[in-house]
Amino acid sequence: METVSSTNKQPIPGPENKKPKLEKVESISPWTEAYWQLRKNKLAILGIIIITFFILVALIAPLLTTYAYDKINAGPRLTAPSAEFWFGTDDLGRDTFTRIVYGARISLIVGFFAVTGALFFGTLLGIIAGFFGRWVDMLISRIFDIMLAFPSILLAIAIVAILGPSLQNALIAIAIVNIPIFGRLVRSKVISIRQEEYIMAAKAQGMKNGRILFHHVLPNSVAPIIVQATLSFGTAILEAAALGFLGLGAQAPQPEWGKMLSDSRQYIQSAPWLVLFPGISIMLVVLGFNMIGDGLRDALDPKMKS
Amino acid sequence: MLAYTVRRILMLIPVLIGMSIVTFAIIHFIPGNPARIILGDQATATAIANLEEQLGLNRPAYVQYFSYVFDLLKGDLGTSLRTNRPIATEIWPHLAATVELTVFAMVFAVVVGVNAGIISAWKQNSWFDYTCMVIALIGVSMPIFWLGLMQQWIFAQELGWLPAFGRGNPRDPVEAITHLYIIDSMINGRPDQLWTSFKHLVLPGIALGTIPMAIIARMTRSSMLEVLRSDYIRTIEAKGSRPLSVIYRHGFKNAVIPVLTVVGLQTGTLLGGAILTETIFSWPGIGRYLFEAIGSRDYPVIQSGILVIAFIFVLINLVVDLLYSYIDPRIKY
Repeated sequence: METVSSTNKQPIPGPENKKPKLEKVESISPWTEAYWQLRKNKLAILGIIIITFFILVALIAPLLTTYAYDKINAGPRLTAPSAEFWFGTDDLGRDTFTRIVYGARISLIVGFFAVTGALFFGTLLGIIAGFFGRWVDMLISRIFDIMLAFPSILLAIAIVAILGPSLQNALIAIAIVNIPIFGRLVRSKVISIRQEEYIMAAKAQGMKNGRILFHHVLPNSVAPIIVQATLSFGTAILEAAALGFLGLGAQAPQPEWGKMLSDSRQYIQSAPWLVLFPGISIMLVVLGFNMIGDGLRDALDPKMKS
Repeated sequence: MLAYTVRRILMLIPVLIGMSIVTFAIIHFIPGNPARIILGDQATATAIANLEEQLGLNRPAYVQYFSYVFDLLKGDLGTSLRTNRPIATEIWPHLAATVELTVFAMVFAVVVGVNAGIISAWKQNSWFDYTCMVIALIGVSMPIFWLGLMQQWIFAQELGWLPAFGRGNPRDPVEAITHLYIIDSMINGRPDQLWTSFKHLVLPGIALGTIPMAIIARMTRSSMLEVLRSDYIRTIEAKGSRPLSVIYRHGFKNAVIPVLTVVGLQTGTLLGGAILTETIFSWPGIGRYLFEAIGSRDYPVIQSGILVIAFIFVLINLVVDLLYSYIDPRIKY
């Protein structure tokens, strides 16, 4: 990425400053430019607001509610939303609002660690494959092909079937499933950067592989990785909810949103709020990450625009 | 073309081997004693020994793997622990049910998604465009099982327009020939059953098709926007072609490749989503078969169910790849 120097952003010379001096020309980094781009994108801003809201809710969860999320008979069973129980109560008399609020913690934590794990191992494998090429690339790429040959939720189910159902194992499964997505992205980026002239120049200067990798290749692959990570955050939360819904993720009494949906689906007619609120929460968080991801993509990488 | 087809099929071999290793691992890589995990803590030593014998767990891993692959090549998917019947025969009706559902969902997704995308691109920045894109954005963010539950609640339970569960009337079952009820009821000459089967397809089909629809609409829109800006479209417009002809005959034809890629990829989403949709709508497909197997720790069924779905996914991607070079002869390999 080249540094873009802006000529239109500099202050218009006033009458007291008739001779614009060359050293006064500001240059802005591509990151600053991307930031400006992002600030103009209303949907992305809305996404940031939504996600900030949920992060806050997750952080101050204990302050928002007086009940414990697993407190049975906090109120009468299956009561409709009221001043006392904002989102009603479930079949065990637990406060749904409390469970939604604590559920935000679970979803965000699962999303964060699953994406971080996938990002770390995917980037590592992608760099190794792209930088060393030959049989290493061949081997890693085939492994990615095989993983991508499974619909992602199916591969996650397979992994949880091996490890046993629990929230932690669901998190591991989601991280593994997302590794090839980052791996392929980084690999293709590394391969295209490797052929750039400045890499050749760095090699000619006698720079070591590791230094080239960390000083030139990685910084230039960061933009698409950030975009992918944001979008994957949403997918990871959806996958965690799906596994929870199938009984393969969070276990009772954990207030995971997908699990809450599957527990309450039989009461959909008598107590629709039990199905409404967890679903809306999942949708809003995923929507938020998708909106930020789309905005970042448009701002950071105009070529990826869709 | 032929050389490419052969090469593309040969490239499948490592993927298929890898897939078989992954599904093999489902039973054999369970930490601890797999037979004990499957049978639960209260199992007796004899029962565990029997199950180990039945699943061949007492043999060395590589022997087990090769006999597993050898069985697969013979079309033997193992025996269900729950029903004691061969999975290969048990899975067929489920597979047909899933095929019927996914085909319906895909047709819905493609027809609605492609047309919404085309019109959005054509009338860019209109209210139609904005509405479509907002719906598409919400569509990709929605948990499919939640959408299914909501549809069931509104359209089946509150409004009573459509059935919420199953594939047909249990008191008047469709005489199964192909196990595709739409086709079976036509063969049997039963328009009433055809209508019932169709009504049962609508809710699960739309629930399943919504996410692919949203993604296809977004992709079609961006692909069309690019094509509609090109010079040749301006030339055709200048020649006085009618808008519909410009859009569909000249425009979409050239925008179709990325859309096709997405359609291929989304089939995976559909097959994965089928597990969730079928669970909600009690659709007796392969997803529900798998879900029940998970509940009863019927590992051979879990193994085969996942393998069969993944195999179909791989085949569909093969077909999509081969279609590229058919649709766009400029693509050479």
